[in-house]
Formats: sequence, structure tokens, C-alpha cells
Amino acid sequence: MSEPPPDTSLLVEDLAFAYPDGHQALFGVDLRVERGERVALLGPNGAGKTTLVLHLNGILRGGRGAVRVAGLPVDRQHLQEVRRRVGIVFQDPDDQLFMPTVGEDVAFGPRNLGLPEAEVTARVAAALDQVGMAGSADRPPHHLSFGQRRRVAVATVLSMHPEILVLDEPSSNLDPAGRRELAEVLEALPVTMLMVTHDLPYALQLCPRSVVLDDGVVVADGPTRELLADTHLLAAHRLELPFGFDPANVP
Amino acid sequence: MGAGHGGVLGAAYVPGSSVVHRLAPHLKLVAVLGFAVVVVATPVHAGWAWAAYAGHLALVLGAAAVAGVGPRRLARGLVVEVPFVVFALLLPVVAEGPRVQVAGLSLSESGLTAAGGLLAKATLSVLAATVLAATTDPRALVRGLERLRLPTVLVQILMFMVRYTDVVGGELRRMRVARESRGFRGRHLGALRVLGPAAGSLFIRSYERGERVHLAMLSRGYTGRMPTGPVAAVRAGAWMTALALPVAAAAVLACGLLLG
Ligand SMILES: Nc1ncnc2c1ncn2[C@@H]1O[C@H](COP(=O)(O)OP(=O)(O)OP(=O)(O)O)[C@@H](O)[C@H]1O
Ligand SMILES: [Mg+2]
Repeated sequence: MSEPPPDTSLLVEDLAFAYPDGHQALFGVDLRVERGERVALLGPNGAGKTTLVLHLNGILRGGRGAVRVAGLPVDRQHLQEVRRRVGIVFQDPDDQLFMPTVGEDVAFGPRNLGLPEAEVTARVAAALDQVGMAGSADRPPHHLSFGQRRRVAVATVLSMHPEILVLDEPSSNLDPAGRRELAEVLEALPVTMLMVTHDLPYALQLCPRSVVLDDGVVVADGPTRELLADTHLLAAHRLELPFGFDPANVP
Repeated sequence: MGAGHGGVLGAAYVPGSSVVHRLAPHLKLVAVLGFAVVVVATPVHAGWAWAAYAGHLALVLGAAAVAGVGPRRLARGLVVEVPFVVFALLLPVVAEGPRVQVAGLSLSESGLTAAGGLLAKATLSVLAATVLAATTDPRALVRGLERLRLPTVLVQILMFMVRYTDVVGGELRRMRVARESRGFRGRHLGALRVLGPAAGSLFIRSYERGERVHLAMLSRGYTGRMPTGPVAAVRAGAWMTALALPVAAAAVLACGLLLG
């Protein structure tokens, strides 16, 4: 394939990967995300979603195939720049927030980029503001509610001005209000987004397009509403809508 | 988060806004260290030693009063001293040399002096450390150590300890609740068969969390060096305030040496 056009944020080509213990988790995944798109990555437990996510910023490498972020190949030479461009929000905010205060945590990425301190301060303020946590910079992460910690975790990667925001199960463990607040935050962000989730209504609410991964391959890719209306597809890949939820009747 | 905000480590800290609270943590560290050095340097065998210890005691209590650290908080801080106390109580019994009779017991004179000196020095140093712990947030304390140029690896370890004590403590608590909810009572030796593996599994969980934290750090461009923000310059006045304690203690010692 030739150079991808510059408006492709993420290009995954024929990606295959086996863990060191021999377990093959990905069998040739192809995925293309255009700039500004919001895409949901769906699939049952063990489908390989997290494994795919860890390839996007080069934490896992060495299998077959290639990943490009805005045209830049994910390889050893470009690791630092790739990690700036791909902002991954991990599932457990306690893993993501390791600094003593919220502000220092949000500043961690920009400081690793070697930005001048004035720029770091401005980015921290802007990122916290974007997730509705302005004014919490001096609080220690363990004083925050789970929902607030999740939003701060989003801020920690927003401050690096990523090309693409990748969220691993952003709505898990949130109460309904926290889930809605996070949706409002995510909806307002002007960035390309890839969202791994088991929460199908959340995917429908936030992502016009969805990709279904099962057993290490992409088995479906299309408008979220159409995929969720396909009962055979859902049943074949252990995806289930919540009781009484009808994707056709959602605004 | 269970036991209140701040958890196990935060429990030592008593929030406030006194002069002592507002001092930069590294100044307080230097002050407490300096005070402890002076206290330890005060000779036990001099005739004026006890007068000097009384002077030192008045100084720490004064500092505690300024900081608003109450007697009960100070008493709780002294709990760490218990092993010293046990050791000190043994000294007069086991030491050699001339003996005195106290309540029917034959005790060594030099042992008594040594035990008294040990207790006095330990108590004074622990009191000073308690004032430090009660007026300094654990996170600020770690930052203070960093400013004193402690090796970064050590500072990072301490920092993660402060950050994750509550998380690991929470895990420990959840595991205990899960055990006890299924009828487990850890009151007999057989319980070790259950608690051993539980400790192992806590270790594995913590280790795996460490790996996940490391991934999260790498994902944000971590290269092994902790990036730090700007540090505020310390005014000379603040140094004077902080050093008032060790300097006053040194003055007490000097008086003893000159006049005693
Ligand atoms: N470190 C590892 N070593 C070996 N095999 C692994 C490892 N991590 C994951 N796997 C395996 O790879 C497969 C894909 O795992 P992955 O975590 O990517 O799934 P997932 O889609 O994220 O699942 P979930 O929805 O449960 O998070 C699974 O079969 C899993 O058992
Ligand atoms: Mg996963």
C-alpha cells in the first residue's frame, strides 16, 4: 500500500500477534480511522481488543503487520512521537494516576515531552477544564470519586494533544450519573477517538461507527445503529443489548 | 476509601495553617535532623545532662505548641519508641559495674544512666519527628526529600508508596472481607494455610498493578526520569524560622558545656 493520505489518523494493516506464551491473540486485523471520527471497538471478553490497543502506541510490537499513526509508522525510532500522538486511557484510573496530585499527573506527559513550564501549566489548566475538573489540580487522586478519577485520566492524555484518543472501557464501574458526565465530556472533545467498550448503548450514543472484533479478527465494520440492529451478528459474537433496549428507537 | 481520606499514611498528618505547617518540607526535615543530632551529641554522663534534656524538651514542646499539635497526638507518636523502652528497661539489669539497690532489685549504676540517656534521646527525637509528621503531608515530605537530593530512585519508590498504600490497603481489606464473608476466622494456626496464599496473591496483584502503572507511564512518554515542576525559592526568613529549633537546642548544649 502507498503512503496513506494525511487525513487518516490511524491505519492498522494485517496485524497479527502472539503472546510470548504462544497464545495467538490477533490474526490479521485491518482498521482505518479517519481524522475526527469516533469509532467504537466492540467484542466479547478475550477478543483481543486490549491487545490491539497496546499495539497502537508500540507497547506491544514484533508480530506481523504494521500500524501507522497519522502516517508515522509505529516502530522503535518513532516511539516517543507515537506515544505523544496516541493517548491511551487505561481501564483502571488507579493505574493511570500515579503522581501525588492531579495537576502533577496531568503535567507528567507534557513534561516528558520537554515542554517549557509555562506551556505545561497552560496545558494542564486547559485539559482539566475540558473534562470539567478545573480547580482540582492540587487534590490527590485518591480523594476523588471514581467518576472524577476517570475524567482526570482522560485529561492526563489530553494534555499531550494527541492525534487520537483511545479509551479502554471508559464507562465500566461508573454510576449512571458518572457515565452520563463522561459521555458529555467525550462528546465535546474535538479529537479522533477509538473507544473499546462492552456498553453497546454507550457506543451508539457516542460513536457513529463501530468495529466488531472477535477471536483476533475484525468481523464487522459499519454504522453503529445498523450493527446493533443485526441480531444474528450480535448473537454470533456474544454481544448483548441491555434488557428492553431497542437501537431503532433511540434518537 | 475506608479509613477516611488519606488512609494509613495520611493519618499521621493533622491539617492546619500554623507557621510550622507553612514551612517548606525540606526545611523542616533539616531542622528535625539537626535537632536530633544536637540531642544525640548531648553527653549523658555530664552533671548538667538532665538540665540540658529538660531544655531540649521545652524546645520541642514549644514547637509542638506553635504547630498546634496536641499532647494526645504527641503521645501517639511515641508509640514507635516502645522497642527502645523495652531495651532501656533491660540495660540496668544486665549491665556491669557498681550496683545500687532499688526496691529490692540490684541495678547497675552505669546501666541506669545509659538507659536514662537512651530513653531521653529517643523520646526527644521521636517527639520532633512527630511534630514533623503531624504538620507535613506525606506527599510534601517526599518532595522535601527530593529537594534534599535524595537519589531519584528512592524518591520515586517513596512517592509510589505514598500513592499506592491506600490502593493496596483497599485490596487487602477486600480480600479479608471476601474471606470472612465465607466464614473464615483467622484465630488458630491452621489459618496460616489460608493466609499464606492470600499474602502471595496480594503480592501478585500488587506486582501486576505495578506492571500496569508502568505501561501507563510508558504510554505518556516516561523514559526513566521523573519530570519535576518548578520549585519555589525559599526565603532566608523561612530558613531562620526552621533552624530556630536546632539552633536553640545547640545553644542549650553550649550553655551546658560552658557553664556545667
Ligand atoms: N499477557 C498475556 N499473555 C498471554 N495471553 C494473554 C495475555 N494477555 C491477554 N492474553 C490473551 O489474549 C487474548 C486477548 O486478550 P485481550 O486482553 O486483548 O482481550 P479483550 O478483548 O481486551 O478482553 P476483555 O473484554 O476481557 O478486556 C485472550 O485470550 C487472553 O487470554
Ligand atoms: Mg480488555
